[in-house]
Amino acid sequence: QMYGTHVQADSVEEEAAFPPNFSVSEIKNKQRRHFMFMKLKQEKRKRKLELKKKRKKEREALGDKAPPKEVPKTIENQRIYDETTVNPEDEEVAFDEGTDEFSSYFNRLTNPKVLITTSDRPRGRTVRFCEQLSTAVPDSHVYYRRGLALKRVIPQCISRGFTFLIVINEDRKVPNGMVLCHLPNGPTAHFKVSSVRLRKEMKRRGKDPTEHSPEVILNNFTTRLGHSIGRMFAALFPHDPQFIGRQVATFHNQRDFIFFRFHRYIFKNEKKVGIQELGPRFTLKLRSLQKGTFDSKYGEYEWVHKRHEMDSSRRKFHL
Amino acid sequence: MASKSQSCSIWVGSETGILKGVSLSKQQAFNFCEMSCLSRDQEVCVLEWGDPLESEVLVGCANGTVKAFSTEKGIFTESKECGDATQGKFTGLAMMDGSLVTCAESGILKVWKEGCTDTIEINVGNGVCRMRQNPSRRSQVATGGKENPLKVERSISPVSNMVKNDWLDLRVPVWVRDIGFIPDSDKIVTCTGYHQMRVYDPSSPQRRPVLEAEFGEYPLTALSLPASQGTVVVGNTHGQLAVLDLRKGLVRGCLKGLAGGVRGLQCHPTLPLVASCGLDRFLRVHSLEDRSLLHKVYLKSRLNCVLLSSRNLELSGADLSGEVEEVKQEGEEDGETDEVWDAMETVTDKTNKRATEKAAEENAVKGPKKRRKVAKK
Repeated sequence: QMYGTHVQADSVEEEAAFPPNFSVSEIKNKQRRHFMFMKLKQEKRKRKLELKKKRKKEREALGDKAPPKEVPKTIENQRIYDETTVNPEDEEVAFDEGTDEFSSYFNRLTNPKVLITTSDRPRGRTVRFCEQLSTAVPDSHVYYRRGLALKRVIPQCISRGFTFLIVINEDRKVPNGMVLCHLPNGPTAHFKVSSVRLRKEMKRRGKDPTEHSPEVILNNFTTRLGHSIGRMFAALFPHDPQFIGRQVATFHNQRDFIFFRFHRYIFKNEKKVGIQELGPRFTLKLRSLQKGTFDSKYGEYEWVHKRHEMDSSRRKFHL
Repeated sequence: MASKSQSCSIWVGSETGILKGVSLSKQQAFNFCEMSCLSRDQEVCVLEWGDPLESEVLVGCANGTVKAFSTEKGIFTESKECGDATQGKFTGLAMMDGSLVTCAESGILKVWKEGCTDTIEINVGNGVCRMRQNPSRRSQVATGGKENPLKVERSISPVSNMVKNDWLDLRVPVWVRDIGFIPDSDKIVTCTGYHQMRVYDPSSPQRRPVLEAEFGEYPLTALSLPASQGTVVVGNTHGQLAVLDLRKGLVRGCLKGLAGGVRGLQCHPTLPLVASCGLDRFLRVHSLEDRSLLHKVYLKSRLNCVLLSSRNLELSGADLSGEVEEVKQEGEEDGETDEVWDAMETVTDKTNKRATEKAAEENAVKGPKKRRKVAKK
């Protein structure tokens, strides 16, 4: 009934237009306001589709001479250029990386040996996460943390030949933090862990990972800090992947979040690949990178995430 | 090479052994080294001026060599073996009446005279973190370290060696990380690894510190005294830089921007500027008046120490290119804010006065309100 009267009013006063500066939000009646808004949206959509059609016709008419399609702006496109982005030909950075704490791994002098543990008294989810992580990383061992202090664990690890220490921190029965410490005297990275999916929760997953060493893919670690973290992840896995196993671990950095995925791939023919996701899936965000082994009070920090100073721009990223 | 080194106003030493010179007027940084013979044991530990005219920079390396770099010629002129890696890294270098004083982490303080090979050696205790020379009284050096209390050596000669200890009540652990001499007085400022800042007065009969203040929760690694008296700038391992007041020990303000631990800090001798370098591979120059970042330079290796020359670092707007982002023209900014204040209320010229006036106004406003509340009750 209401709609009926409205339409009649329109047909009677066809020439009278709405007063200027009229906006749909000024109508006090909710039903009428909703109706006008819906009408407005439909008209807008109609106009948009017409414009699109017109543009497409023009483009086809021009054929080869058509101007190239405009690229839409995304946050990755609009990222503020980071001056610490590494230039591959830079000698100084190459020297720095060639002689840093990971150089013994990249020069094939040492093989990784990883110790995975948790914070004290872990709950089921964290325990299962650690077990699954140890199947993904070759030559890794899970130990129960009996309330031991990390500063005392570290010298013992070094004496037993471990190269990495991973501590998964748990809060309210869910893993939420990770401390990744390179052992002889190397840097310690502290991450925030989120979005952990165990094997049971994965859809269309493959069988459990085998003992073969996976290949490692590091995506988008462009800045100097990104390089250090990327090298750290690469040093977790043995240098020579066993291609028979067809397994690959991916660390994908986007907008300062690092996504870890573990897949098994198979080439169906030269152009087609099929992948199955196995293994745990989680995202990491770097909180701090400390020089030296774990020492949160007296250690020197190479990079600390300071939210109010660094997160002020939506287009500035640090990794 | 020579022109490059002559234009550099800030010298920085890095962990890769490269001496870098930064020219703020040209907005460029130069590496002074041989790319082919780089090695980690050449890591620059200390930088010091070789002479009062600032024509020579002394570079102390981790393997025990001290190299002299001429700023006019742009090359390393000589290199001296002043110890080896077993004694630890250099913690201080000083030039005293033509002889070179070096101090290593193991506590061995050596005086090397020009020409002769024999050296005077003093042991100041193990675990030394820093040795500094008093700029006004060149024959005085102070040393301090982990469990190594502050000692002041009055004159380097084996006969009259007045060593002074500080005495702490209740055996509080001592970890002196950096030392500064307050000009025009006998006092010494130290910052510790237990996030404390202490001022000592050797001339007083008391051995306790005159002033003790705490800042933050992380070890303070570097300290510097600005040209204006009464304040000190400290930096800690978390990248926090703060200006502390020397009269009451309160925090005057923080300088923002650093993401990594501060390794080197130096204030300009005359201008209100402070240069800081650290593990995040950036050299930053802040202004001490409004605590804003003036320059930020990316120098690809981790930086260990910084040295400022006393000539004017040209900060005029015309020379700046797009490389440096946050730079403000000081004169113009002051003018603009002055106009705003003129329009609003009483006329003030200096930022300090404005801050105190604002505080006074706020207090005045709060005062009557408080009285009103009391009356109602």
